Amino acid sequence: MGNEIIDGLIKALQLIFSGDPTVMEISGRSILVSTSATMLSVLWGLPVATILGLKRFRGRFILKGFFNAMLGIPTVALGLFLYLFFSNAGPIGFLHLLYSPPAMIIGQAILITPITVSFITSTIESIDPEIKDLAKTLGASETEASIAVLKESMNGVVLAVTASFNRAIAELGVVLMVGGNIAGFTSVLTTTIALETNKGNIELSIALAIILLLIVSVLSTSINLIQRRKE
Amino acid sequence: MKTIMELKNIDKTYGNITALKQVNLGILEGEVLSILGPNGSGKTTLLRIMACIEKPTSGEMRFNGVKVDQGNINKVRLKTTMVFQKTALFNTSVYKNIAYGLHLREYSKKETDKKVKEALKTVQLEGYEKRPAKKLSGGEQQRVALARALTLDTDVLLLDEPTANIDPKNVSIIEEALTWLGKEKKTTMVIATHNMFQAETLTTRVALLLGGKIAQIGAPKEIFRGPPESLASFARLENVFSGTSRILQEGTSVINVENGVQIEAALRKSGKVTVFVRPEDIILSKKTVASSARNVFKGKIVEISDFGPVVKLKVDAGKEIIVQITKRSFIEMKLNVGSTVFLTFKASSVHLI
Repeated sequence: MGNEIIDGLIKALQLIFSGDPTVMEISGRSILVSTSATMLSVLWGLPVATILGLKRFRGRFILKGFFNAMLGIPTVALGLFLYLFFSNAGPIGFLHLLYSPPAMIIGQAILITPITVSFITSTIESIDPEIKDLAKTLGASETEASIAVLKESMNGVVLAVTASFNRAIAELGVVLMVGGNIAGFTSVLTTTIALETNKGNIELSIALAIILLLIVSVLSTSINLIQRRKE
Repeated sequence: MKTIMELKNIDKTYGNITALKQVNLGILEGEVLSILGPNGSGKTTLLRIMACIEKPTSGEMRFNGVKVDQGNINKVRLKTTMVFQKTALFNTSVYKNIAYGLHLREYSKKETDKKVKEALKTVQLEGYEKRPAKKLSGGEQQRVALARALTLDTDVLLLDEPTANIDPKNVSIIEEALTWLGKEKKTTMVIATHNMFQAETLTTRVALLLGGKIAQIGAPKEIFRGPPESLASFARLENVFSGTSRILQEGTSVINVENGVQIEAALRKSGKVTVFVRPEDIILSKKTVASSARNVFKGKIVEISDFGPVVKLKVDAGKEIIVQITKRSFIEMKLNVGSTVFLTFKASSVHLI
């Protein structure tokens, strides 16, 4: 067993360093899908988080609670729900998105939105409330003052975006249900690792797992280093 | 003189709490008005309403004769600015902090550089442009906040307790800058303070704010000549001592109050001052205690008031001093009217009013 793992590891490294086309293609698609999903979640999550963090309105507490509860949503359950939504019989079946990268992007974006919203809301709330008033006393309008608070929260926002991306790229349930792991079209790192391990193709699985870990850790370390430099 | 800002029948309530009650006040062009009042009297709320970051519950505000409403509030905000008691700074360089308001007003880079430099000179922080603002000392941070407000050349400058909680050296620099602004630049300023000395020396008009109401308004001489009823009410603090202060070589001051009593205080002020010491800051003992505290007085208990878990004792030590101790200590020390006691308190427990 030990030898099998070491052999697998050696072959995996060979696959990575030789620039194996399958490994590169799957890795590239994973990065593309998860980056797009993260951008989408920031696009709709950032305004929601800004409102939740800065405004006081009826129902705010319930909305915050909803996003916090959604942090732990089972990915397979969400995947099933989206499968039914995208399938031919579903409400947007006419768009024929099922088993396509756009469906995977939308699925991951929905999955990580609670992370984006909850983390950014918390970071905005932790900023001194006087910052908004300060900006206003210096002549800022309501929108300019909110932008000033967001700028102050930038470290937390970057952290929230990183956490969202990491969650997206490491996720299996949603992409498997709505993407279908079609080779050369919708297969990504996590779905291929699961499939190839079942098939006994340990070398490829290990190679892809190493790449997955590298992406996550290199991204997190780089963000940490950039933030430390800024301080 | 032209009235720049006018507050008419301003009320402000937070739930059941009334912060301001029927405040009527006009700010005249070029004047330095101090809003004098104890903590909780509504000074900050009043300034926040003037700065257009708080809405009054009722009443109206006029700026240059025009009623301030939702339609023109952003324009009015560009004509006033405020320095907060608790220094608020953006987490960036000193330069970017000061330049923020100038960017909003679309100043060119060249003009911005010039104005930032001038403002830093006024608050004696030349060359501090690139420093991270939040890494400066508390006093320096407040000077950056003042510089940031100065660059904007607004019609009205609002200052909320600008020298509270900072060391004497920084207090003098800020006071010097405010004096220059008022006398040389004729900047219209409203300064909220509980420091009578500042109200008397820095400002041209004083409004006494007590319990959310303007109790009295007039020139400093009118307000401070003899203790009018409202001023006495403001000073309804225990252990208030007035006297002549002299700065010692070590940096502290010694205040000569009546009957040969001298109080050492951790402040740098000479001349006439009024100070107070909180009764709970005084240690009472039956024998002298060897300690670092600079003030030790011997006296006799003349009055005992029981407040349940604590007891207040009036001690005659040349001046009457109130001390607060726990009931338990009072019983254990077997104190009575006539008992000889020693009172000890630190120079830093002496606060300037």
